[in-house]
Amino acid sequence: MAELTQEQVRHVAKLARLNLSDEQARLFARQLDGILDYVEKLNQLDTADVEPTAHAAPLRNVFREDVARPGIGSEHVLANAPDAEPPFFRVPKVLDLGDSGA
Amino acid sequence: MDLSQLTAKQIVSRIKSRELSATEVIKHTLDRIERLDGQVGAFLSVHREQAAARARAIDDRLAAGDDPGPLAGLPVAVKDNICTRGARTTCASHILEHYQPPYDAGVVERLEAAGAVIVGKTNLDEFAMGSTTENSGLGQTRNPWELDHVPGGSSGGSAAAVAARLTSVSLGSDTGGSIRQPAGFCGVCGLKPTYGRVSRYGLVAFGSSLDQIGPFATDVHDIALLLSAIAGHDERDSTSVPPTMAATPDFLAGLDNADIKGLKVGLPKEYYGQAGLDAEVSHAVGEAIEQIKAAGAETVEVSLPHTDYAVACYYLIATAEASSNLARYDGVHYGYRTPSPSDLIDLYSRSRAEAFGDEVKRRIMLGTYVLSAGYYEAYYLKALKVRTLIKRDFERAFGEVDVICSPVSPTPAFRIGETVDDPLAMYLSDIYTISANLAAIPGLSVPCGLSRAGLPIGLQILGRHFDEPTVLRVGAAYQARTDHHRQRPPIASA
Repeated sequence: MAELTQEQVRHVAKLARLNLSDEQARLFARQLDGILDYVEKLNQLDTADVEPTAHAAPLRNVFREDVARPGIGSEHVLANAPDAEPPFFRVPKVLDLGDSGA
Repeated sequence: MDLSQLTAKQIVSRIKSRELSATEVIKHTLDRIERLDGQVGAFLSVHREQAAARARAIDDRLAAGDDPGPLAGLPVAVKDNICTRGARTTCASHILEHYQPPYDAGVVERLEAAGAVIVGKTNLDEFAMGSTTENSGLGQTRNPWELDHVPGGSSGGSAAAVAARLTSVSLGSDTGGSIRQPAGFCGVCGLKPTYGRVSRYGLVAFGSSLDQIGPFATDVHDIALLLSAIAGHDERDSTSVPPTMAATPDFLAGLDNADIKGLKVGLPKEYYGQAGLDAEVSHAVGEAIEQIKAAGAETVEVSLPHTDYAVACYYLIATAEASSNLARYDGVHYGYRTPSPSDLIDLYSRSRAEAFGDEVKRRIMLGTYVLSAGYYEAYYLKALKVRTLIKRDFERAFGEVDVICSPVSPTPAFRIGETVDDPLAMYLSDIYTISANLAAIPGLSVPCGLSRAGLPIGLQILGRHFDEPTVLRVGAAYQARTDHHRQRPPIASA
């Protein structure tokens, strides 16, 4: 198992939308590396014929009737917004800015 | 009369008989919190006016001959990752420091329908990620037994509130041991119900396939009383089990004169062979098991062969789920927003970087990595398969025994600051509690003694899916013969 490079850490941070300082990137690389080393032990187990368990309770596909119901109301929805212009949440312009485009 | 020495059962009984008023009980509770919580740090917010108003309303109803419910007038503290409408719910994070939910959690609705009075919200490790409450972004909670020691985590505030007798009961949440371990560290009882027994609607999600809300109390009867109020199907939580699959039993039945004759108690050989298991813990738990045998139960050695893989399995699944669940904290809809973002991505990345604590970031990073392209099969999918093996271990064991007993934690509470630099060592201390979340089974922690240094030790009782009645019965039978659960730290009598 290859060591986690700082470049990989930065890539993961980008996926997770987390800015990291250089110091944090170094610290996390070291700590995450240690944890990933530890979890390698799962490879000692042969799970070729084992089904995955995503959740251990016996429920599958819980549906309700497809009937519209009132929501909580836009006043409540916007009540905790850092920057709202009812009925909208205001955010910086979403433009195609080359490599920072979402 | 010193109200802080009463159990919840005694409080509701005396309020119902009008020997006590809800108003005086709530006033006593609020005064006590004001006087003592400065030393303990259990509460992040106290609902003074609302609690007093609710108490008055309950007294009015009682005076009119109404029945306000089975918990009428009972003060309850609630972990601050459980939504209370209009009242700060912070998850002990800067990112939600001022967040006021527009709705109550299912369990909050049920508590209030039963007449209980929520007096405040308690401290936790940020987003429930941690085992000491040291990861709280909003303050340190101290163990009421030794104030320079941790109360455990992540529900440290809820455990400490009950240990210090600020309230007789509280609610916490348990994803990898976060009710059971702080109960053990603080010398109180704590129950993680079977997954699906209690609604997660309004519980801020950390690991959705692992999280459960559960009660803290000073004895098993009070645990059963709270569980009765909060358990039950909620259609707003699609993982909450419908009555057709598992009816809600009478949890209080069979606890007086609890009979466990002939019950089989499993002792997992892998648990008792752990290198890190403290000798005093082993001794106290051993004595507890002797008491349970003296009550008529029989012990059987069982094997849970995949025990040593549980921590690795858990930390892959829990962090993966967390990375998804915490993606919603983006500075747009609620919570902290960075002041001058250059664009939308910068808004997300800076807001999250500036307001999440280190442990939360670490777990989001790990979870993102193990779900990412090229690594998903090797890590996350592998962990899901190991989860199946762990689940099967318990199925096999419960074919031979009715409950499984173990220590809650390999050691008593640590000093504050002792484990902060070694996250992996911290994770390994969850060895006894973590499998129950992976397998979705219920687990109860009860006090079983003190270490020589005066720190509580917890006994864990695990049961089959939806078999809280047997788990509670074993706990009640144990408490009928012992008085560890009646011991309290000096501050509790202050």
